Amino acid sequence: MSSEIMWMIIGMGVVTYLPRLLPFLLFKGAELPSFVQGVLQNVPYATLGALIFPGVLFIGEDIWFGLLGASAAFILAYLGVNVIFVVLGSIACLAVYSYLI
Amino acid sequence: MTEIAMKEQTSPSDFKKGLHSGLSIAIGYAPIALTFGLLAKSTGLTLAETVMMSMIVFAGASQYMSLTMLTLGTSIFEIITTTFIVNIRHFLMSAALNEKAEDDSTLSKAVYSFGITDETFSIAAVKEGKITAGYMLGVNLIAYASWVVFSGVGHVIGASIPAVLQDSMSVALYAMFIGLLVPSMKKGVKVVILAATSACLNSIFTVTESLSTGWSIVAATLISAVVVEAVQYIKEGGRKYNEQ
Repeated sequence: MSSEIMWMIIGMGVVTYLPRLLPFLLFKGAELPSFVQGVLQNVPYATLGALIFPGVLFIGEDIWFGLLGASAAFILAYLGVNVIFVVLGSIACLAVYSYLI
Repeated sequence: MTEIAMKEQTSPSDFKKGLHSGLSIAIGYAPIALTFGLLAKSTGLTLAETVMMSMIVFAGASQYMSLTMLTLGTSIFEIITTTFIVNIRHFLMSAALNEKAEDDSTLSKAVYSFGITDETFSIAAVKEGKITAGYMLGVNLIAYASWVVFSGVGHVIGASIPAVLQDSMSVALYAMFIGLLVPSMKKGVKVVILAATSACLNSIFTVTESLSTGWSIVAATLISAVVVEAVQYIKEGGRKYNEQ
């Protein structure tokens, strides 16, 4: 194993771990102002929005491939299907679509 | 990891629940990790280096980026700096999870925080109630195992899954995010506004190329979360806060 690559991996690991770890140490037992707490409670839903768009539009050669997959997932999730079946269902939908075209 | 979960007196059923919740991530990671292993091999990384990177870094986007940068002959320092910028969004995610975290020991939090990715965070963040160390370790372990094992498999077999399946499976993690978001959207219009605002902002930042991916997600998330909270605060004249 080349030592240069090894150091790169270790460095990447450290700078990735620190942002994951620090909030648990810094805010431990600290009562944050209620406005900040409110913002942090909003973070999950805001993050999900940003993680889905625009990324999902770029998974295929054109945006329709991603839109179809996203729509299938949305419909399944809206019907109350378990997440794992939302995932498998939209994969199946796109597999059938790619097979047909 | 299981042993730590037991020692911290979190019930084994929490751990099992976590494994179960993490299954969608494991499926979604498989094709991405396979491709990573394959690309790592063609970039000239050995099997040990490839698996080591997945074990130590455990962050998809930045691992892919490092391969591209290695090919371009970028300096190690620059690769590490870019990795930091790409992954700084996890700070926000950990801060949000910390608010939901059960009073487990600092050591177990330090262990499970290692496994926080976009995906494990999303699963944990929309979960009802508190997050225990056992649950987090369960989610992280199955996601981590899939990521590490399939990185290695991709390098060894030097090929990915059939193209049709590979293309279709690229929707997996997005479908999971949608599957996590939609049930919460039914709960209230606030969730819809939060997600739509950050989705629009991130799309604008990405299409106009005004921000790199790492910063774009951070900025979109923060602006959306702060603005929506501020609007609610003003509308309710601070009532929500006086009640607490």
